[in-house]
Amino acid sequence: MALGYAVLSIVSVTMLFALLYWNTAIFVAEQTEETIEAEITGLAEHYRQAGLFGLTEVIQERAQGQRLSLYLLTDPNRRPIAGNLNSWPAETQPGTWIDFDYQRPVGSRMVEHRAHARHLVLPGGFHLLVGYDVQDQVRLERRMRQSMIWIGALALVLGLGGGLLMARHWLSRVDSVNKTLSEIMDGDMSRRVPVSGTNDELDRLARNLNDMLNRIEALMTGLRQVTDNIAHDLRSPLNRLRTRLDVTLMADQDKEAYREALSQTVVETDELLKTFNALLLIGEAESGLDWSNLEWVDLTSRLGDVVELYEPAAEDAGLSLDAHIAEGLGVRGNPNLISQAVVNVLDNALKYTPKGGRVCVEAGIENERPYVLVSDTGPGIPAEERDRVLDRFVRLEGSRSTPGSGLGLSLVAAVAKLHQASLTLGDNKPGLIVRLDFPKPNGR
Amino acid sequence: MRILVVEDDKDAASYIAKALGEAGHVVDVAADGEEALNLANEAHEVMIVDRMMPKLDGIAMVEQLRAEGSATPVLFLSALGKVDDRVAGLQAGGDDYLVKPFAMAELLARVEALGRRKGTPETQTKLTCGDLEMDLISRDVTRGGQKIDLQPREFKLLEYLLRNAGRVVTRSMLLENVWDYHFDPQTNVIDVHISRLRGKIDKGFDLPLLETVRGAGYRLHAPD
Repeated sequence: MALGYAVLSIVSVTMLFALLYWNTAIFVAEQTEETIEAEITGLAEHYRQAGLFGLTEVIQERAQGQRLSLYLLTDPNRRPIAGNLNSWPAETQPGTWIDFDYQRPVGSRMVEHRAHARHLVLPGGFHLLVGYDVQDQVRLERRMRQSMIWIGALALVLGLGGGLLMARHWLSRVDSVNKTLSEIMDGDMSRRVPVSGTNDELDRLARNLNDMLNRIEALMTGLRQVTDNIAHDLRSPLNRLRTRLDVTLMADQDKEAYREALSQTVVETDELLKTFNALLLIGEAESGLDWSNLEWVDLTSRLGDVVELYEPAAEDAGLSLDAHIAEGLGVRGNPNLISQAVVNVLDNALKYTPKGGRVCVEAGIENERPYVLVSDTGPGIPAEERDRVLDRFVRLEGSRSTPGSGLGLSLVAAVAKLHQASLTLGDNKPGLIVRLDFPKPNGR
Repeated sequence: MRILVVEDDKDAASYIAKALGEAGHVVDVAADGEEALNLANEAHEVMIVDRMMPKLDGIAMVEQLRAEGSATPVLFLSALGKVDDRVAGLQAGGDDYLVKPFAMAELLARVEALGRRKGTPETQTKLTCGDLEMDLISRDVTRGGQKIDLQPREFKLLEYLLRNAGRVVTRSMLLENVWDYHFDPQTNVIDVHISRLRGKIDKGFDLPLLETVRGAGYRLHAPD
């Protein structure tokens, strides 16, 4: 890659100079030819008017001194008549341009110079050669060619060196990313890709990779937790079930006893299935996998439905169920999970509140955030226990040997987390307040 | 009823087949989607299809079946219980969706409800069970000519029971179809709603119509 860049830079620099060179050379050459053309036309005209003698005179006059113009007038046999060239320089065709070298006096020495000239045949067979000393141009061109080679070489060294250096730097950073990734693939999920802090493309890539790794790690942790919980929550009821069947089989019993044992088993299995489903749901809510396809949930009508569902049950339990639900409440979320979270809190409230008590579902907006709270007049949870209980929600640890409460609140915590809502437990004096504050709705 | 069970887990398939057989159904079993497409025919009144199977999965199989013009009701069985999964199943042409693990009574009740669906047109304007009558247009409910006042939700509950009259309806089915909840609350809220409804339609009448089926759910039926 470094070589590629070096070659590219050399080629472009060379092309740039070649263009400059050609343009300059052609321009100067054209200028010279125009000058010669004008002079030769003027001399031919003069010959027509003043004859051979007049022309000779003008040429003699012009050939004086150190001028760069060159003249040679010869007879039809190319013997010199006038001019500042000693002899006809080369075999030429009339009317063509020629390049030739000639000896020019510089100080006391004779130096070979290059000239550019045009050959014209005058009426009467006389040959006229008008030229121009182009040694300066030749020198300029040579100088430019040399510069071009030097610049090309310099570009080659700089391009190659710089390219190599840069590639080395990037490659070493990419290498360190690769090294980290292969370490992670080897099982060390705690590793993160180094970020140099320059905030360039590679840094942004590294940051995105790290974000992705964090997400994957969180998902993996969630998955592991769910697996641990399932193992824990299902092991004890399964053991209980197995013991019951074992004991039933130990002695011969009548048909009715078997039937009783089996139907008890079915009931317990149903509980197991319920626990299993609840755990799966918690895992699903905790992993947050559904965040992308959450929809707009009409909280007002959802809560109304839940209250309506529980009203008869509350009445049967000798409780009053009040609802203070503001109109037009909405949050972004999973409607089924929100309903279930509220249902679980209500389940608890109904279960723990003694007869004659009051359960209240309230919802509204506070500080622009939609909130839902369920309060009861039950025993509540002591303040020092609340943190522990909340703690337990998050880690999904602790006593869940009785299906229901623990699992139910765990789900509420998971649903709150999924919706980025805060879950708080408060004192209703007496009783418990479970409150969910949803994030401020943005947009809609 | 003749029922096609499509399930790759041999043990699960045989249990389901046994339970359905004991409930008086004739059962064919296919172990994968391709075999099911070969087996499926007009004689089947209900198909029970596992979602995840080798070769051709349940969704693709039912889509193909529907493309061929089959209207046989399909009950999906799946370990995938998310709302999206449920929607995917119903969009593919499924009629009901039961998440594994499930209670056999639940499966039986749902299969019965699906099999019956074929015969009762949704366009019926009057639903009856014995001397209990529901007019779906005027929304009047009467028993023995005597008018019964129902709350909107009670009306919906009774409508569902009437549409499935004579069949066992589970609590989950009621939660799904009357309340649109796809989960089971711990408190038996449904029982309370049922007992309220019972208080309105059965109280003061000699013959109770709404009975509790132990270990399964409820059944609205009129003894002959």
